[in-house]
Amino acid sequence: MNVEYALLSKALPSRNLIRADSSVELGTTGYFKYHLFGQQLYITTTHVALFIVCLTLILFAVVANRAIKKADPYKSPGMFVNILEMLVEALDSLVISNMGKKHGPKFANYIGTLACFIFLSNISGLFGLRAPTADYGVTLPLALITFIMIQYNGFKYQKLGKVKGWFEPIFFFFPINIIGDLATPVSMSLRLFGNILSGTVMLGLVYGLLPKVLTLVWPAALHAYLDLFAGAIQTFVFCMLTMVFVADAIGEEE
Amino acid sequence: MNITNEGLILACSAIGAGLAMIAGIGSGIGQGNAAGQAAAAVGRNPGARGSIMSTMLLGQAVAETTGLYGLVIALILLFANPLLGKL
Repeated sequence: MNVEYALLSKALPSRNLIRADSSVELGTTGYFKYHLFGQQLYITTTHVALFIVCLTLILFAVVANRAIKKADPYKSPGMFVNILEMLVEALDSLVISNMGKKHGPKFANYIGTLACFIFLSNISGLFGLRAPTADYGVTLPLALITFIMIQYNGFKYQKLGKVKGWFEPIFFFFPINIIGDLATPVSMSLRLFGNILSGTVMLGLVYGLLPKVLTLVWPAALHAYLDLFAGAIQTFVFCMLTMVFVADAIGEEE
Repeated sequence: MNITNEGLILACSAIGAGLAMIAGIGSGIGQGNAAGQAAAAVGRNPGARGSIMSTMLLGQAVAETTGLYGLVIALILLFANPLLGKL
């Protein structure tokens, strides 16, 4: 699929810059093959990107931990510690405003971890990786964790009210309620997956199919929108939905 | 002109992928409606801008889901066609 762009190639002398690349990679690529329980599996770009993301997060955590432990409580905090405190305070207030003062602090840790991981995964497209969240194998487990949290907390706090809730308004609504419960992880995982994958596909098409001259400036705007903006929005939405669903499962009991 | 079975399936899958993206209409209308209502709400009560914004974003993301189902179907038809295996 080597497309010559006639108009541009007349105007500009160097033809190599103008020719479209056509080597578009939209899916994951396998690097290394191995066998496990009789199945053929691959180490893909997702694994590599996940490894890099986790390494970055661990590094950040170690550095932040050191900075906080070294901080002198009698002096005003430095730049880095200040930013960390702002982030943690914003996170705590968001979780508490959504889940209440009683149950909020218990979940703040998980929500914070989730936000860091998803956000860094989403914007890893900016650094030349293929975003791990554009792989359904990453988003489905994240949504399943939320699903398990919803069900566990529902049974823990509502006890038999949870079972009664399945037969609400009348008893033959039971299958519909079960499907509604099961649809939660599917829709949550597909939402994150679809948003990030659409960004990846669009950028892949722009980089692969446009002539190289046009890819110099134009993808920066697309990166800002598709990776940074959509990534931040989806992170916020995933965490928000987790909080709202779990708070709903806990229910009001004061 | 001869059309092979694979060719026919690929051509029809391409058309199907295009048709699946019509699902974008619904979510577009829904998101626009949410944004418009949020703008009206901010105009009425500028103090509540922050909470209106986060509520709007949440609602828009949920409204976007149906459009994304269409996108997933289109991508499956284009890149991981299940119909080719049925020949």
